[in-house]
Amino acid sequence: MNSTPSASGPAISLNTVSRDYGAIKAVDNVSLEIAAGSFVALVGLSGSGKSTLLKMINRLVDPTAGEVLIADENVEVADPHVLRRRIGYVFQNIGLFPHMTIARNIAIGLELAGEKNGRQERVAELLELVELPQDMASRMPHQLSGGQQQRVGVARALATRPGLMLMDEPFGALDPVTRDSLAGQYKALHEKLGLTTIIVTHDMAEALYLADRILVMEDGQIKADATPAELLSGGVGDEAEALVAIPRAQAAHLIALSKKT
Amino acid sequence: MTEAWQQAFARVPELLAAHVQLSFSALLLAMVLCLPLAIWAVRAPRVASVILGFASLIQTIPALALLALFYPVLLGLSALLGGRLSALGFLPALLALTLYALLPILRNAVTGLTGVDPAAKQAADGLGMTAAQKLRLVEAPLAAPTIMAGIRTAAVWTIGAATLSTTVGQASLGDLIFAGLQTQNWTLVLTGCFASAGLAIIVDLLLGLIERAIRERRKIIAWGATAVIGIGLAIALLPMLGARDDVVVIGAKGFSEQFILARLMGARLEEAGYEVRYQDGLGSAVVFQAVAADDIDIYVDYSGTIWTNQMKRTDAVPAGDMLSEIGKWSEATHGVTMLGALGFENTYAFAVRPEDAASKQLKTLDDLARVSSDFAFGTDLEFLERPEWAMVKAAYPIRFKEARSFNPTFMYPALSSGEVDVISAFSSDGRIAANGFVVLEDGKGAVPSYEAMILVASRRSSDDKFIDAIKPLVGAITVENMREANYKVDREANKQSPRQAARWLDERLKDGKDH
Repeated sequence: MNSTPSASGPAISLNTVSRDYGAIKAVDNVSLEIAAGSFVALVGLSGSGKSTLLKMINRLVDPTAGEVLIADENVEVADPHVLRRRIGYVFQNIGLFPHMTIARNIAIGLELAGEKNGRQERVAELLELVELPQDMASRMPHQLSGGQQQRVGVARALATRPGLMLMDEPFGALDPVTRDSLAGQYKALHEKLGLTTIIVTHDMAEALYLADRILVMEDGQIKADATPAELLSGGVGDEAEALVAIPRAQAAHLIALSKKT
Repeated sequence: MTEAWQQAFARVPELLAAHVQLSFSALLLAMVLCLPLAIWAVRAPRVASVILGFASLIQTIPALALLALFYPVLLGLSALLGGRLSALGFLPALLALTLYALLPILRNAVTGLTGVDPAAKQAADGLGMTAAQKLRLVEAPLAAPTIMAGIRTAAVWTIGAATLSTTVGQASLGDLIFAGLQTQNWTLVLTGCFASAGLAIIVDLLLGLIERAIRERRKIIAWGATAVIGIGLAIALLPMLGARDDVVVIGAKGFSEQFILARLMGARLEEAGYEVRYQDGLGSAVVFQAVAADDIDIYVDYSGTIWTNQMKRTDAVPAGDMLSEIGKWSEATHGVTMLGALGFENTYAFAVRPEDAASKQLKTLDDLARVSSDFAFGTDLEFLERPEWAMVKAAYPIRFKEARSFNPTFMYPALSSGEVDVISAFSSDGRIAANGFVVLEDGKGAVPSYEAMILVASRRSSDDKFIDAIKPLVGAITVENMREANYKVDREANKQSPRQAARWLDERLKDGKDH
């Protein structure tokens, strides 16, 4: 379960990265190599530092110590806004701009980059990619369901063809059915486009399903680093075991129920 | 009655235009100041509390006081700049109203900008917007309805408060209200009120429409309402483009005699071919500075007022000597020409009800001093602060039970009705004789002489045509004629406008010359 050979996404390196908020160490001396084209899940309880770690990659949060490299280039070399335009970012609250049409929301990255030509075609292409009907383009965000809005969120993040996608609990606010189908479709997109994706989630089942590598965080540190198969077979630490125990118990319960009927 | 309404309405267009020019300029200036301040305040919360605190503090100052405060400030500034700045009229009104408009705009802009959905801001950052792009594309459009609501509130306040700018000599719809109040011409007051309230309501409705259209993202309605406002503004601002270089500005303080004399001089100047504008309701302190600064061209003042207020003299000299000394002083220190005395005096006269005069044997100010501890004193708005009152108190042991200030219009009824027992009346006021009030003699000559005299600004003093038009008025007006003219405006029934009274006086003067 290594990186896809055809990957166009960059590799990421974190070297002894820390982030303090006063006396609290949100991220505590983390070093990490993420291979190009991998789909990495950061899993942990609330306050474990997984979101902070993610945001240090696109500089929504700056580290207090250490350095972050994308494709061997330090993220501090460019201005933050220039860096962010090369990185797709999707988060739980979606943040569509309520005063802009869906088309303009999707194309906003192109607008920022000053690309005037072919915006409409790109919007059509992206709507198709995230499986939304074309007539959505002229709607306003409030006219869409939560699931549709997050599809637009993904389309917007992909508009400028970034190689790296950062997703902060992207499906957390959606109902289970929508969440499952959207997660599945995103996974297919990740493979098709050869992206490097880092997703933050507190749902181990989602992580096991989506990622090819799972990092379990607690107290700002990475307590486990394993493939889904390794995690399920056990022996990767108590923290990981505790998180895996939940979907495993649920699955066992479901199996037991179905045998009874 | 209908003629009175017609006369009042005839003044509305010009004053409405001035009112719109002033309010719009103040609002625009406040917006230009507020929006960067609001952006700064949102980025730095500590700045926000300081700026909003300052704006709230200004709001607690009464608008009238704020207007009055700018006069000395600008006068000082003008002195520093070599007199190129006008301390009167548009500028102080603009500054005071601008300060007044700051709070609602600032508060709403800060509320609007801080209230932008954090998710939208995070998305803007995540997408790689610069701070400027985030403001332009996300924060400003999302805060726009709230900011618009603040501008709307400020607009209504500004239009209302602009009526007070009359007191610093800026033309506005307040001119109608103040002049009407002075002359008890309620038609004028109502016209001024309706016009300014109507303007405020229309602007409020249009801005409300724009606000709602922005909120609901209905561009056509927003642009439509903006266009209507734009057309209204264009009509109001158009007269500003026309040059009005050679318009004579005649100043007047805030009472009927001043209004009448201003119209009388205006009529003579119009006959001589000048275009004339009136600046009514100027305070005693303000009006002399205005003529010294060439802000007004001509007005009538009273010798004792200049003597005590401007020259700071407290000694009593014969009336003739006083006039010539004033003439020399004003020419030498301010370049203001004292053209001559009109021929009557308007001094402060202590007046009592005839029944009190009889029963308490009141004839002189000494008699008044005897009973003063039982008497309530009614004065105009400024007498208690004037040096003349200090002089009277120094000469006579007067200690009143209480003292109350009135608008001159209400001072006479207050004496008739017994609300007060003695008033500081004006000797040329027709209402003294009409009410049968008894004027008490100033046996010690404590109150200086108050000869009415014409003061001319330096830029007109060598204009022979101008001087020749006014000169015939010198020595021509008797106190009887002045009283009668004043009474035509001040009386309760069958009131005349100052212009009508001035016409009557003019005819009386011309008749007198013919025969």
